[in-house]
Amino acid sequence: MFKTVYNWIDERLDITPMWRDVADHEVPEHVNPAHHFSAFVYCFGGLTFFITVIQILSGMFLTMYYVPDIINAYYSVEYLQTKVAFGQIVRGMHHWGASLVIVMMFLHTLRVFFTGSYKAPREMNWVVGMLIFFIMLGLGFTGYLLPWDNKAYFATKVGMEIADTVPYIGPYVKELLQGGEIVGAQTLTRFFAIHVFFLPAALLAMLGAHFIMIRRQGISGPL
Amino acid sequence: MSKPHENEHNPHGPTARKEMSRRQFLSYTLGGASAFMIGGAALPMVRFAVDPLLQKKTDSDYVKVVEVSKLTAEPQEFNFEVLQVDGWYESKPTMTAWICKDEKGILALSPTCKHLGCTVSWNNNEKFKDQYFCPCHGAHYTKEGKQLAVARAPLDEYKVKVSEDGFVYLGSKQSNTRVQ
Repeated sequence: MFKTVYNWIDERLDITPMWRDVADHEVPEHVNPAHHFSAFVYCFGGLTFFITVIQILSGMFLTMYYVPDIINAYYSVEYLQTKVAFGQIVRGMHHWGASLVIVMMFLHTLRVFFTGSYKAPREMNWVVGMLIFFIMLGLGFTGYLLPWDNKAYFATKVGMEIADTVPYIGPYVKELLQGGEIVGAQTLTRFFAIHVFFLPAALLAMLGAHFIMIRRQGISGPL
Repeated sequence: MSKPHENEHNPHGPTARKEMSRRQFLSYTLGGASAFMIGGAALPMVRFAVDPLLQKKTDSDYVKVVEVSKLTAEPQEFNFEVLQVDGWYESKPTMTAWICKDEKGILALSPTCKHLGCTVSWNNNEKFKDQYFCPCHGAHYTKEGKQLAVARAPLDEYKVKVSEDGFVYLGSKQSNTRVQ
């Protein structure tokens, strides 16, 4: 059944080369943990991506219950966490994944640094990687406010005060981020929009560039 | 893994069992592991999403609406408030019932049209005298809620209880018990 459907589509659109290109891509010996166990350090990039996928999926499901409004945000989170089946698990995946993705990304950066993989001709990929790093920090910062509890509120307040200390433009940056003069209703909707639309869109674009470049240039050679 | 020629020395005859190839074993292992990991992540999310379907439905409490002595044979409109719990949001929306009293007892009809959910009223259209009429698509019903056109079911009724001190209490909606 599946095979017939697949063949029908393949005859018309020739889709086999698309996944063959990924599936038959050879992994060099020096990055294969089966040959050198220490090569497991090359897994951290893939793990970062794996957790990112889980973050996107669990986040999509959380928005089925969450509402970005200062009256209801806390209660909607409380409801989805305590009353909805597996709410604790789905929110837990998003909560712990947020920390884990930073850890994995940091380990991936260390690997790239100590294997010298950022050197020519891969400088641009290093730069894109750094952009991904800052996008991830932005996602962490904006997501932290959304439960609208005490921790969320004061963490964001501290973040705003830090932005305020930037010379000359600080106060303007702060007010732009807050969407007003206080951390309040407009900050919450603003952070929600940034967290679920703007930053994920930027992240997907950057990840695409990251992966296309690594396929174009190949993995850097052994030490 | 035994090599193919070992089967020749098999005392139990030529029932040569087909060995699993290395590739097959690897695809099963990898496929199983992937299915386990994808399932472990996806199942909680799917269950989380379908939760509203599986939440227990509760009947609403009976609410005091009006004295029995005020009811007539002609349906009259009465409003009452019910407690509504919608996820994390609790509110007291106003509900409407058209109540009349006849020899069969007290009938409290819901004004929600059974065609597509607009609101019907009693005697609001000259062409349909002494009937419930829906302004959206012209569905109309008898005094007992029997559908006469457009709609495919009679108007729902509220569960009715009468207290000892002569008050009508209305509970949750049910399908019409008098007509079909």
